[in-house]
Amino acid sequence: MSVLPAVPAPKIRLEGVGKIYPGSDTPAVEALDLDVPEGEILVLVGPSGCGKSTTLRLVNRMIEPTSGRILFDGEDVTSVNPDALRRRMGYVIQQIGLFPHQTIAQNVATVPRLLGWDKKRITERVDHLLDLTGLDPSIYRDRYPKELSGGQAQRVGVARALGADPEVLLMDEPFGAIDPITRDRLQNEFLRLQGEIEKTIVFVTHDIDEAIKMGDRIAILGERSVIRQFDTPERILAYPVDDFVSDFIGSGSTLKGLNFERVRDIEWNNDFPLAEVGSDPAEARRRLEASPETWLLVLDAEQRPLRWVNDRHLATAGVDLATAGPEVIAKVLPNATLHDCLEELLLSNAGQAVVVDERGRYQGIIDVDRLADVLKRMRSEAKKHYDALAEDPEAAS
Amino acid sequence: MTAARPGGTRPPGLRLIRTNAELLVTPLIVVAGVVLLRANYNSADRSFADERALAWERNLRPQLEQHISLTLWSTILTVAIAVPLGILLTRASYRRLAGPVLAVATSGQAIPAFGLLVLAFAWLGSGPWTAIWALTFFTVLPVLRNTMVGLDQVSQPIIEAGRGMGLTRTQVLRQIELPLAVPIILAGVRTALVINVGMAALAYLIGGGGLGATISAGIQLSRDLVVITGAVMTALVALSIDWIAALIEKALRPRGL
Ligand SMILES: Nc1ncnc2c1ncn2[C@@H]1O[C@H](COP(=O)(O)OP(=O)(O)O)[C@@H](O)[C@H]1O
Ligand SMILES: [Mg+2]
Repeated sequence: MSVLPAVPAPKIRLEGVGKIYPGSDTPAVEALDLDVPEGEILVLVGPSGCGKSTTLRLVNRMIEPTSGRILFDGEDVTSVNPDALRRRMGYVIQQIGLFPHQTIAQNVATVPRLLGWDKKRITERVDHLLDLTGLDPSIYRDRYPKELSGGQAQRVGVARALGADPEVLLMDEPFGAIDPITRDRLQNEFLRLQGEIEKTIVFVTHDIDEAIKMGDRIAILGERSVIRQFDTPERILAYPVDDFVSDFIGSGSTLKGLNFERVRDIEWNNDFPLAEVGSDPAEARRRLEASPETWLLVLDAEQRPLRWVNDRHLATAGVDLATAGPEVIAKVLPNATLHDCLEELLLSNAGQAVVVDERGRYQGIIDVDRLADVLKRMRSEAKKHYDALAEDPEAAS
Repeated sequence: MTAARPGGTRPPGLRLIRTNAELLVTPLIVVAGVVLLRANYNSADRSFADERALAWERNLRPQLEQHISLTLWSTILTVAIAVPLGILLTRASYRRLAGPVLAVATSGQAIPAFGLLVLAFAWLGSGPWTAIWALTFFTVLPVLRNTMVGLDQVSQPIIEAGRGMGLTRTQVLRQIELPLAVPIILAGVRTALVINVGMAALAYLIGGGGLGATISAGIQLSRDLVVITGAVMTALVALSIDWIAALIEKALRPRGL
């Protein structure tokens, strides 16, 4: 991943946007410049009360800014009709806010109805959206919100926000009130959905892990919604720009960076000593001695990893490669993340993870040193990026 | 549909029987009341004055009609005044007036019913419309208060979601807030109806008519039969109107709540 994708053109741009609530002397949002890249998920993350929700609500003008202007597709929307503006932006909130007196279908049809779509088109759209969000239309269409679980209700919330296929989706802690297991599932499904619909999304959360998971880019906000760091999750994890950010992302953040690379992206150790089951143990012993490694990997006839053996096993008289040494447990596929790989590797007897293909055949070896190298490389690349930024702010992408 | 329904809703069949059973009680009582009244009348030792006072075409029917129309008109006026006022006072820009208006309405209700009728008489003269306005004044408060409570209890996220999707303020009010407030507003209207049926019995004092006239005649003549007939009819009208209100409440209650 040496080259990060360039930031797409902004779909929404905030220019010097500020908000001072009436009766308050400190601004909730102060002179905020923010570009929301088209087709990406931008996560606004920061401690409670830092102004995330205010910022989000400034975008669809649920709150009118006291200063600055907002551009939508390059057009100044600071003074257009806010109701018309909002119909172009889906809005999802933590409390969901389904209309309890309307069926699921009616809820999802809210914006299409406002836009005057005909009945047939609305029905088709509703069924499509329920399908898309993992709810069987024939079961859920005519139910009422009180008959849904929290997770199902939030699926409907998302379907409703997507009602008339808005260009933009604004989400304020959408999964914040949902139990951790369901939340994880909804997050995954939402990411899969976004892969299909490629909306421009502003996603607010106070949970850094959620931010890292969901964001193509993350804006870490401090008091008064001041941007402390704006970057990809990889780069933020590899290189928090100041103490505020590193405190906020917390310890272990470097390791979290391993989530962003996959086993197939890095170089494996390909000259690890190997031996096939049934081959001569003496030959295996020679290979192990000739290599810098302390373990040798035994493969079966199909090239599938079987056991780890060291020179002690091999020195035993009459050793059988099929039964000597510990079994190979830590196996990873090329599309596993390096974080998964690290977990496997720590559990392995030999301190190595074996890369196997779909059919379980040996491909290569990854050890801790290799992962440490990756982390170092990520960090130095991020640092280089920020150094370049400091020298020439214009050239940065 | 075989899928289990979350939320433990009862099967609809059972619920229908239950609610209907509730609603069957009142008509039975009313029918029984009418039958007993007639039996009582037929078996009583009636004087000429009794028969005159209880003459159906000449007295009872017009009084019954007046009674119902006093009740309905005053309730209609109450709703026409209190619901829009309640809507207005729950809008952000007028909310600060809510306190003072409620205070005035509450102290207005503290005036005794009789005193209110006399005041209305002094101001508007005699006749049914004086009575109707007096009753209206008396029942604005419960409907106003229920309208405000009903609108206020609509949860903020629901309104925010509606606004966030581009519903205008008016659309949020009409499509979301009012339907969700309907049960509470109707409960207020039902209270108003019940108060008005009772108060309409005093309307005869200022020439407004109603079944109060029969009760009062019975008292003046010291005829128990007349007093009882007037009083029981008033009660039966009250029960019937409350029953109809209950039906309307059930019918208008949004599904899904
Ligand atoms: N409607 C409001 N009126 C006055 N102050 C508000 C309002 N909404 C939020 N605030 C204040 O603005 C600040 C930012 O709030 P908010 O945007 O909700 O933060 P976050 O979503 O990051 O938790 C807080 O200090 C909060 O008290
Ligand atoms: Mg918030």
